Amino acid sequence: MDTNQNSYLVLAVLAALAVGFALAPLAAARAWAHFFSPQKPGKEKNAIYECGLEAKGDAWIHFRAEYYIYGIIFLVFDVETIFLLPFAVSFGGLSVGAFLAMVVFILLLVEGLVWAWRKGILTWK
Amino acid sequence: MIEDGLRSELAKQGVHVTSMQELYNWGRSNSVWPLAFGLACCAIEMMAASMSRFDIARFGSEVFRPSPRQADLMIVAGTVTKKMAPMVVRLYNQMPEPKYVIAMGACAISGGPFKQGYNVLKGVDRYIPVDVVIPGCPPRPEALLHALITLQEKIAKQPLTGPDRPRHLNADVAGEYPVPEYGKHDLEPPNNPEIWQPPAIKR
Repeated sequence: MDTNQNSYLVLAVLAALAVGFALAPLAAARAWAHFFSPQKPGKEKNAIYECGLEAKGDAWIHFRAEYYIYGIIFLVFDVETIFLLPFAVSFGGLSVGAFLAMVVFILLLVEGLVWAWRKGILTWK
Repeated sequence: MIEDGLRSELAKQGVHVTSMQELYNWGRSNSVWPLAFGLACCAIEMMAASMSRFDIARFGSEVFRPSPRQADLMIVAGTVTKKMAPMVVRLYNQMPEPKYVIAMGACAISGGPFKQGYNVLKGVDRYIPVDVVIPGCPPRPEALLHALITLQEKIAKQPLTGPDRPRHLNADVAGEYPVPEYGKHDLEPPNNPEIWQPPAIKR
């Protein structure tokens, strides 16, 4: 029991040393900055933008997130291609369970395609 | 303070003495980080100075910082147009103290060949304090290295206390310089009267 406690004590001491080792230089740098260099913040210096231009306008603007549709359509065809080829190659040796699983998987992808088709995304505008 | 004679005698015996000021200045004068910032063809020479043939890394200044927050030195390399001048001053304001400026080339010093033009600032020292100027159009990379060494000597000589201490150690001196704005005909104000006055004409 005692030995166990001692071993954890060593761990705690080492952890404290590690934290101190990391924090001591930061504290020293902070103290140096505090005592030897007066901070001179200002409006320009605290500005967010760093390329010399002034930020104008509002950052809270509306982004159109329509790209996700193309992402989904790409995923449907991409995943289908990847899995259909090994499915076709090993078609003869598949067990019934594997065949059913594959059919369900493809039906899931086809369902996505049907959803996109009905939504009218596949029509070129 | 230790006398120079005694110090050199001690150094001959292998005992090197220094002061906090010298140590501090030695450290900061040998790690002057420039701002990655070029305005015209002088910037090409600045890039050449940072490459292997001239190798500004020998003097501790190879770390061109893309952000003014991490830079010590602004090398105004090229023509400062009036359109660009507010950005230059704003970038200078965003640099942390202590900060230094090298005006590189004829354009940055005085407007250079475009001095008679309507759109070129006739010297960047009208808005920000310049520590070292490099003549030339454009100056060779060696000239930039020479300017850097000159700046290092200047930093090494700066006293940390007393009335002549540098601006960054003087809490009373403001850290920002006013940014000019685009006026109807010229930048407003056309210069910063605190650091630059038009030369008086004596007849």
